[in-house]
Amino acid sequence: MSPTAIVINSLVGLALAFSLLKSRKKTFMGLKIAWKAAGKMLPAVLLVIVAIGLFLGFVSPSYISRILGSSSGLLGVAVAAVLGSVLFIPAILAFPMGASLMQSGASIMSVAAFITTLTMVGFIFIPVEIKELGTRFTLIRNGLSFVVAIIIAILMGMIL
Amino acid sequence: MKTDLLNEASQAPWYKKLRRDWIMLALIIPIAVTVSLIFPDRGERVADISWSFFLEMVYILPAVLILMGLFAVWVSKDVVVRYLGAGSGVKGLVLSMVMGALPTGPLYVAFPMGAMLIKKGARIANVMAFLSAWACIKIPQELMELQFLGWRFAVTRLLLTAFAIGVMCLFAEFIYKRLPQKETLD
Repeated sequence: MSPTAIVINSLVGLALAFSLLKSRKKTFMGLKIAWKAAGKMLPAVLLVIVAIGLFLGFVSPSYISRILGSSSGLLGVAVAAVLGSVLFIPAILAFPMGASLMQSGASIMSVAAFITTLTMVGFIFIPVEIKELGTRFTLIRNGLSFVVAIIIAILMGMIL
Repeated sequence: MKTDLLNEASQAPWYKKLRRDWIMLALIIPIAVTVSLIFPDRGERVADISWSFFLEMVYILPAVLILMGLFAVWVSKDVVVRYLGAGSGVKGLVLSMVMGALPTGPLYVAFPMGAMLIKKGARIANVMAFLSAWACIKIPQELMELQFLGWRFAVTRLLLTAFAIGVMCLFAEFIYKRLPQKETLD
């Protein structure tokens, strides 16, 4: 287990203990929600694990780094941002996918763009968002989020 | 009704998605096995990589899910909506982001909450900040980012994103007020 995983598990353990002290009933309700969510996520988690294995096992890093590596520059960032906007992957699974892209030669910039658009811009949610919040709100939010994701990605590339 | 829409939005896609995920899993496993048999050395790499990602998931995912469950019971939607109305200016923006980062659930669950907030008279910028934080700086989500992409990446992206969302929301409100209103809420 990595130090990060140990720290995270300890913190969540503490939160769980604190929650149990405050209310057993609520804590068990929370655990039930977690268990149900685990069941719902299981196929997607397994799918992503196998897909990452196939992806890293067969697609050559030189190919990925040509499209999404640092030499690809802004074009790579744009490709990653569009991919992130169109794809629908639960946010929790976006990070292992980002890690696998990075392992196969994608630049920090591209991975940051991919993750940020994947979470903030949701093409498949646009109809629901329009219904709830109106066209004006939806277009402004998704459009600006796309631009902001690219700006964040470029700054990440400059800082790291 | 808003509540019907919320139920429809939060239930229908789950069933669809669930089935789709199982079908895709049922397709990808035979593919992985077949290509691994044809190219044994590559197949071994596929298995190694999948196994290491599987282990990383096992170390972290239960904690992330438990935290999500705890947030779901302790930070209810009512609490979030109540606190979102409070505070103005920078304080309101920061509060909206914090409120967006706590509860869990897919983004479409947050849309009806945003609509309700606008109707209650909340600032457009605050609602934008709430939705943006809900989308990309959720705490359980950030734990996954720490584990898979490391502290430097996660912390840098978190700080940049929080700042960028703040600026973006004010700008979005500015545009929103100046664009012709084609469609009213409701």
